[in-house]
Amino acid sequence: MPHDHHDHDHLSPSGHPYRKDNDGALSYWQTMEVAIRELMVEKGELTPAQIQAQIDAMDARSPANGAAVVARAWTDPEFKARLLANGSDAAREMGFDIGPMHLVAVENTEDTHNLIVCTLCSCYPRNLLGLPPDWYKTREYRSRAVREPRAVLREFGVDLPADVTLRVHDSTADMRYIVLPARPAGTENLDATALAKLVTRDSMIGTGLPKGA
Amino acid sequence: MDDPEHRWHDMGGDAAGPVPMDGHDFAIWEKRVDALVILGQQRGHFTVDGLRRALEDMGEAAFNEMTYYERWVASLNQNLIEAGVYSLEELGAKMEEVKARGDTYGAVQS
Amino acid sequence: MTLPVGASVRIKTMSPLGHIRTPKYLRGKTGVVERVLGPFNNPEQLAYMVPATPRTLYRVRFEMGHIWPDAEAPQDTLDAEIYEHWIDQDAP
Repeated sequence: MPHDHHDHDHLSPSGHPYRKDNDGALSYWQTMEVAIRELMVEKGELTPAQIQAQIDAMDARSPANGAAVVARAWTDPEFKARLLANGSDAAREMGFDIGPMHLVAVENTEDTHNLIVCTLCSCYPRNLLGLPPDWYKTREYRSRAVREPRAVLREFGVDLPADVTLRVHDSTADMRYIVLPARPAGTENLDATALAKLVTRDSMIGTGLPKGA
Repeated sequence: MDDPEHRWHDMGGDAAGPVPMDGHDFAIWEKRVDALVILGQQRGHFTVDGLRRALEDMGEAAFNEMTYYERWVASLNQNLIEAGVYSLEELGAKMEEVKARGDTYGAVQS
Repeated sequence: MTLPVGASVRIKTMSPLGHIRTPKYLRGKTGVVERVLGPFNNPEQLAYMVPATPRTLYRVRFEMGHIWPDAEAPQDTLDAEIYEHWIDQDAP
């Protein structure tokens, strides 16, 4: 099984166990996946190497990529202006392969907080941040983030002051969104590498704040 | 059936409980489904809109009872069948062949 | 004609059965064009692999207090992407 090296790792890169359906009884849907993959290879549609390369490309995408973009924007005003004008070009400028994704960056300030959701499915800036967390895809988040966003934020531990305007962004079409969080106070002496460590995944979706904020 | 004026997947504003915070990392078979969906689009067989259309048409029960990538592989199949990449006869025969190889996902890899 | 940023727009109330990208909770609601995103192929055609027509896509901003009369913070906003053919040009 040359393509199955992941199966032998008991822990994922994050230290969490893989979902147990890796080892359980073969399911109908797993059988279908194997069959589709083999049919596509047999018909010359894809090669096993292409499939593995696509998996590796997705695995290489993570919130760290977004954190690097945010930290650069915090330290480079001209880059920040370019990021807010065209998120896709700014991410590509930093060397991130985001494919055809149209990225819009929305900025948190002293008086504005932004929150990202996709109510119709679960669109997510996956080509920059990697695959979304499970909660982002739940009925609970998708339903309530546009109806009672401040209550949802409180569940994530973010209690937004009444004088801060909350802007919720529903990714209904071709755009994908990333929040540019506000730079935490007291970080003036940190460089971009140190700043990036403060930027959490949730702070780029709007359900969290950077560490130290 | 699903209310045609307010379909099940169009859930913005619906009442719902607390956001479940537990997560998991993706199994290799899930990552492969993800990869096949991206590559199937790159091959020009369908669009992300077609993926979503099939997911929506699978209905609310599928959303409630199947995992995310179970739904994705079902939608992938729907779109590839519609595109004529393979036939149901070929899929059925291949699935039987795969099942005969073993009882676990790891055991049936060729 | 492309609508300018700041234009007041009302979202159509129609509910054709099929793959559409205008959420129910925004239909019939009034918002303001926040930015013009440009032409994008119509997902209502892309979903069925039929030839797709470019349609202008807008980001429209709505006030939460308008969408939800009991909103906790009515001045908060909701932005969504809306294709031109979902904007009711005859609305006052």
